[in-house]
Amino acid sequence: MPSAPVRVILPGMLRDLVGGVAEIEVESPSDSQTVAELLDRAFSGHRILDGKVRDERGQIRRHVKVFVNGEDATRGEGVGAPVPAGARVHIINAVSGG
Amino acid sequence: MTETIVAIGTRKGLWIARSTDRREWTLEGPHFLMSEVASVAVDTREGRSTVLAGVKSWHWGPTVQVSTDGGRSWTESAERALSFPSDTDTALERVWQLTPDPNDADVVWAGVEPHALFRSTDRGDSYELVRGLWDHPHRPTWEPGFGGGAVHTVLPEAGHPENLLVAMSTGGVYRSGDGGKTWAPSNPGIRAGFMPDNEYPEYGQCVHKVARGQGEGELFAQNHNGVYRSHDNGASWDSIADGLPTDFGFTVLAHPRRAGVVWVVPVADSGERIPPGAQLQVQRSEDAGATWRQQAIGLPDHSYTCVLRDAASLDAADPVGVYLGTRNGDVFASADEGESFHRIATQLPDVLVVRAAQLA
Repeated sequence: MPSAPVRVILPGMLRDLVGGVAEIEVESPSDSQTVAELLDRAFSGHRILDGKVRDERGQIRRHVKVFVNGEDATRGEGVGAPVPAGARVHIINAVSGG
Repeated sequence: MTETIVAIGTRKGLWIARSTDRREWTLEGPHFLMSEVASVAVDTREGRSTVLAGVKSWHWGPTVQVSTDGGRSWTESAERALSFPSDTDTALERVWQLTPDPNDADVVWAGVEPHALFRSTDRGDSYELVRGLWDHPHRPTWEPGFGGGAVHTVLPEAGHPENLLVAMSTGGVYRSGDGGKTWAPSNPGIRAGFMPDNEYPEYGQCVHKVARGQGEGELFAQNHNGVYRSHDNGASWDSIADGLPTDFGFTVLAHPRRAGVVWVVPVADSGERIPPGAQLQVQRSEDAGATWRQQAIGLPDHSYTCVLRDAASLDAADPVGVYLGTRNGDVFASADEGESFHRIATQLPDVLVVRAAQLA
């Protein structure tokens, strides 16, 4: 039986880059995947987003946050954090700048 | 009709000034509002009206944007146009310099932070790391200047595709004679007064900008304390600071047709980064730095701003246009080789880069 898909919710600042898409639904291959694996799948059809959210080493950019079911994954295991099937994942531009 | 454009990259976006007579200007923008634009190139080779911009979003990172209509509309590659290869375990911080190559109309060079040089062979759409400089044994010892550690100057040589020069703050001048495969430091004569013991090290100088003049082997360099000329393509350097109000500054410009004609924008001192005597000014030499004279008509006094290393430019017209952008968001233009200036933009964010060119 397939696992529930993960919903990746994009911030407004990135939606214009992908034709106004606000949310990307990603099939879960199993009960859990890492943030890195999730973003690989989410961005496979929206390549421009990858360079905005992650640097070329695969790390989440300094002023970007990824919340998994309301928890800030970038404070913990980062791109290695587990994402359970059916999760809601928010990509957020941090409150920073001047 | 020929149009002069002045691309103005700032801390918070890009503006484009346009004029058909260099007296009346229109100002378009902002493009990339709230993103830093630290590098711009106007590529007029083969009649193009291409503008390349190194853009960095505080949130979404650095990228290269491309316009093929003189800066009116912009596109960005869906794949990363410029990124470090995975084996370097390095991430791009900022594109500091974009330089169209004078020998190959498809080649564009990019100097970036951290200290590295990239090369595009598709007119700036995608870039590849120049391994020869990246693998240089000195690289781990190049220190970042206040603005970051970067290759901020890239100077190919017209007619000699094998010759390249780059400059870094700090790191100094490095040259290649084989198109970028191998590199060697080239700083004889350039003083590093901030060093505690040896003030003339092999490398490690804080070179702020280098410009290529029209004389045989002629180069000019503005350093962190020190203004220099080379007659031998950068193999050696001689001070030309005598006669200037100060030897500190960030930028240097060389006339596109006349040998020995050079401008600097003096800054009072390393610890006092304002115009000398609070008079914004350029200093012009017509004898390769032997003598200097001030040009300040139309530039403000009681001025406590600063012109950064890439915030000055020349156009290719006759007489040459001179353009200055300041940290308090003014841009000044001269249509008479610096004899008089007028303000063409004001109240912009800090100006990081100015590039002027004539479009067909």
